[in-house]
Amino acid sequence: MIKVTYVEVDGTRREVKMEEGTNLMDAALDNLVPGVDGDCGGVCACATCHVQVDAEWIDKLPPMDATEDAMLELTDDREERSRLGCQIIASPELDGLIVYTPAGQH
Amino acid sequence: MTETVVIVGGGQAGAQAAVSLRQEGFDGRVVLIGDEAVLPYQRPPLSKTYLAGELARERLFVKPAAFYEKVNIEHMLGETVCAIDSSEQVVSLDSGQTLHYDHLVLATGGRVRPLPYPGADHPQVNYLRTLADVEAMQDKFTEGTRLVVIGGGYIGLETAAVAVKHGLKVTLLVARPTPLGRVTSPEVGKFFEAVHREAGVTLCCDTEVVAIEDDGGDGKVAAVVTNSGYRVLADMVVAGIGLLPNVELAQSAGIACDNGITVDEYSRTSVDNIYAAGDCANHPNPIYQRRMRLESVQNAVDQGKVVAATICGKDKPYAQVPWFWSDQYDLKLQTAGVNSGYDQKVVRGDPESRSFAVFYLLEGRLLAVDAINRPAEFVVARNIIGKGLSVSVERLQDDSIPAKTLAELPGSTMLSSASVQAAS
Repeated sequence: MIKVTYVEVDGTRREVKMEEGTNLMDAALDNLVPGVDGDCGGVCACATCHVQVDAEWIDKLPPMDATEDAMLELTDDREERSRLGCQIIASPELDGLIVYTPAGQH
Repeated sequence: MTETVVIVGGGQAGAQAAVSLRQEGFDGRVVLIGDEAVLPYQRPPLSKTYLAGELARERLFVKPAAFYEKVNIEHMLGETVCAIDSSEQVVSLDSGQTLHYDHLVLATGGRVRPLPYPGADHPQVNYLRTLADVEAMQDKFTEGTRLVVIGGGYIGLETAAVAVKHGLKVTLLVARPTPLGRVTSPEVGKFFEAVHREAGVTLCCDTEVVAIEDDGGDGKVAAVVTNSGYRVLADMVVAGIGLLPNVELAQSAGIACDNGITVDEYSRTSVDNIYAAGDCANHPNPIYQRRMRLESVQNAVDQGKVVAATICGKDKPYAQVPWFWSDQYDLKLQTAGVNSGYDQKVVRGDPESRSFAVFYLLEGRLLAVDAINRPAEFVVARNIIGKGLSVSVERLQDDSIPAKTLAELPGSTMLSSASVQAAS
């Protein structure tokens, strides 16, 4: 199990425990974290599980693939630290990860 | 007194309407009634990862059970609404119970179109729409099973792809000249035809089924008889020949229906305080300047949101670019827009490389794209169609130009909605 913190636009922080191998979109849905929709069910087809990764953590994530990169273009508030939650898989190195849920999904 | 919203239908649209009501700040009673005995779940994985046994059952659900409790959405599952009394604002359930509503959302979805042939009630004939449907067929999804798939749409192709990967002997019967004939172009259809053949599927186009017979007299093996005289033996038949919108409840309440329940851009039906959303709703699309009925997650989600906003008195009309996806083998097909009526096709990339896009235009305006392992083309097309941007055919077909930049034209101008209207 690793610990991940989701920070909402208004600053609310929610700490969630995740099984290794599960993704950040599912963890958000299971733990009722608002701001992560996941309309396509996590197959990288809709870009509604957009999160912004904390600056301290962005370089610790495996790089995104071309599909994720393309799909992120659908989000209104893409920035350098944007990722799709469904593509971030919990691993021991990510214990303590902090992500921000964007305004667009609230 | 607090208001009550009753939602009939526990699929993606019904669930979204319920969730969005709370997000929009509705603080009255929300009652979600579904005739399946399970919480709302996502249907797309049923013919993909769930059928393949790659997705855990609990991952199918739109929201976990705790969510409904937390935001106070009541659900009545395994219950069927049999009548609406719109003058008294009451719905009646099969169980005999009645419920008062202030607002009624019809998210009744659709049911599979039954095979119209003699013998179609054979015990080995399956359909694929519900979780129960998939679970009923999963134990026969084993190596060596002879499977005949009837129908060359998304469901048929996805089922064939999963089956052949699991070692089933798959025959796919397609009534049209190419697969996906209703939704795409012959070029894309032919591409998928070749892909399935290569994977080991026996695929027959222009093939109508005329009857299903029992082979052996014990109901264990079906014989699918085609117009070309073939008699294909099947341990299992899966039929995917389309969906019929569930409109009967609405019709019997005097609500206008025409290929679905007729709604306006706010998802309002012809009867006050009654709305419809999702697969069952025939709605106007301002981008295409015409009415359509869509069977998709995108439409279910977006109309669920529109219904909730309308009930909450907010002005959020429906104005979305439809989009769809299908996963088969190593291929992700992503479609943005609806290509009906196109007069020009532009192919970008080489189909041989299993990564290409086909753009569909009408009078120079982009209607739709089919993007196969080309997410960037899908994304840019969604933006172009949604914003009514103009495109250059030369640039669309020039694969050396990054897809991302296709929305930018030298001297390009964003068309106003008035000029889009005039152009269509």
